[in-house]
Amino acid sequence: MRQGKQTFVYQHAPVVASHASIVGPKEGEGPLASEFDEILPDDLLGQKSWELAESEMLRRCILRAAEDGGITLEQAQALFSGDLNNQIIATGFAARALGIPFFGLYGACSTFVEALVLGSALISGGFLENALCSASSHFCTAERQFRLPLEMGTQRPPSAHWTATAAGCALLKSCGDSSEKLLRVTAGTFGKIEDYQIKDANHMGAAMAPAVCSTICAHFEDMRIDPDHYDLVATGDLGWIGREILLELLRQNGHPIPPEKLVDCGASLYYQEQDTHAGGSGCGCVASVGCSWIMKRLERGEIHRALLVGSGAMLSPTSTLQAQSIPGIAYAAALEVF
Amino acid sequence: MSDKEIRRAKQYGDLVERLTPNSKPLRNCLRAFWVGGVICTLGQWITMLAEPLQLTEMTAPMFTSVVLIFLGATLTGIGVYDRIGKYAGAGSVVPITGFANSVCAPALEFRREGWVLGLGARLFQIAGPVLVYGISSSIVVGLVYWAVKEWLL
Repeated sequence: MRQGKQTFVYQHAPVVASHASIVGPKEGEGPLASEFDEILPDDLLGQKSWELAESEMLRRCILRAAEDGGITLEQAQALFSGDLNNQIIATGFAARALGIPFFGLYGACSTFVEALVLGSALISGGFLENALCSASSHFCTAERQFRLPLEMGTQRPPSAHWTATAAGCALLKSCGDSSEKLLRVTAGTFGKIEDYQIKDANHMGAAMAPAVCSTICAHFEDMRIDPDHYDLVATGDLGWIGREILLELLRQNGHPIPPEKLVDCGASLYYQEQDTHAGGSGCGCVASVGCSWIMKRLERGEIHRALLVGSGAMLSPTSTLQAQSIPGIAYAAALEVF
Repeated sequence: MSDKEIRRAKQYGDLVERLTPNSKPLRNCLRAFWVGGVICTLGQWITMLAEPLQLTEMTAPMFTSVVLIFLGATLTGIGVYDRIGKYAGAGSVVPITGFANSVCAPALEFRREGWVLGLGARLFQIAGPVLVYGISSSIVVGLVYWAVKEWLL
């Protein structure tokens, strides 16, 4: 059911039956290492190209979520997924290998939460009994497409992000009659594009913060709740700097969130000494951290309600060269254990 | 864009600027200076070491360039030059070793898309503009020099 302008409230809130996360070696040296299901020993995974490696990582991740959730690939009814490559090829190849009916999504780095919002809606509406929601990104595929060849010796500004090599997948199932205490997706807010005229492709945090602010405010207003409702608000990949900007924007817009309640997946993925500048980014960032740390904390009972907000910068190398500003988008999914 | 949007963008730009840490220009300049200096000194040594080869004034710099390009390309190939570049910035981009790096890096990156449309087409992706504007401006300067010499002197 739609509530307010931009929010779905899932009357039959789907259950997160399982979640899987796979990360690259660098992410495996970060502070969340122990939370991930698999840490890859190398970036190439024995494949012929970075794109195939990303695809293989995503395939493994989806397979793992399906297995852990007790369904076979034949029983999987739909896959919602995307990545950062042109024409989302990593996802297309993974979906080809898996043979699950497939919706390809592109919301840049917000793709995972977009998948959660749509998958949950279709399950709650009775169209599907289960859905796999996932996304991936790979440092080497993103770098060569959006920036420079890997071996180029250049300096990055402090506001630049590091694209995470990571994938995450959540298996959603219809709740049935279960009254067990389970992790569920209770609401989803879909955002509007916000563009505050940031043109610097090395400052994604600044480009996306207004969209995140807009979606979070819309969520609170549509749901008629305030930030106290959630134990944790987790943004996708605003990074250290974007997080500060968001806190300030939320204050200005009358929905201040206490800083201790707001974590950023990208900023949490690496130690600052790992020299990722503003922090992690990429579809896999919110997908892997959401499908590990955030969901596990909910399941362990450390927190009871969390709002997962994925943010995307809808730019391309072409739009950057043509000096266009960066449109930002954000999606929010409310996760609760009850 | 409406006035309101322009105002909002301006205010937001100010906020972003206030909250974004600056890069450290003094530190970066010092690093660029000493690494760039070392590369240039190395070039001078190579020229001096080549003395027994009895190179002429024309061929000695060429010999030096070839050796430096070889070093830059090798260091790119074994994955060291990007680390030097990350530390030194312009100090390792500006010397000719940086030029070698800018040609070798795309060669490594795009080899997977094939010899012709991958490596061949992308080889000068970064160095290309340097060549285009470097050669073009040298022609313009040459013409100005010729005109001044012909008519004014």
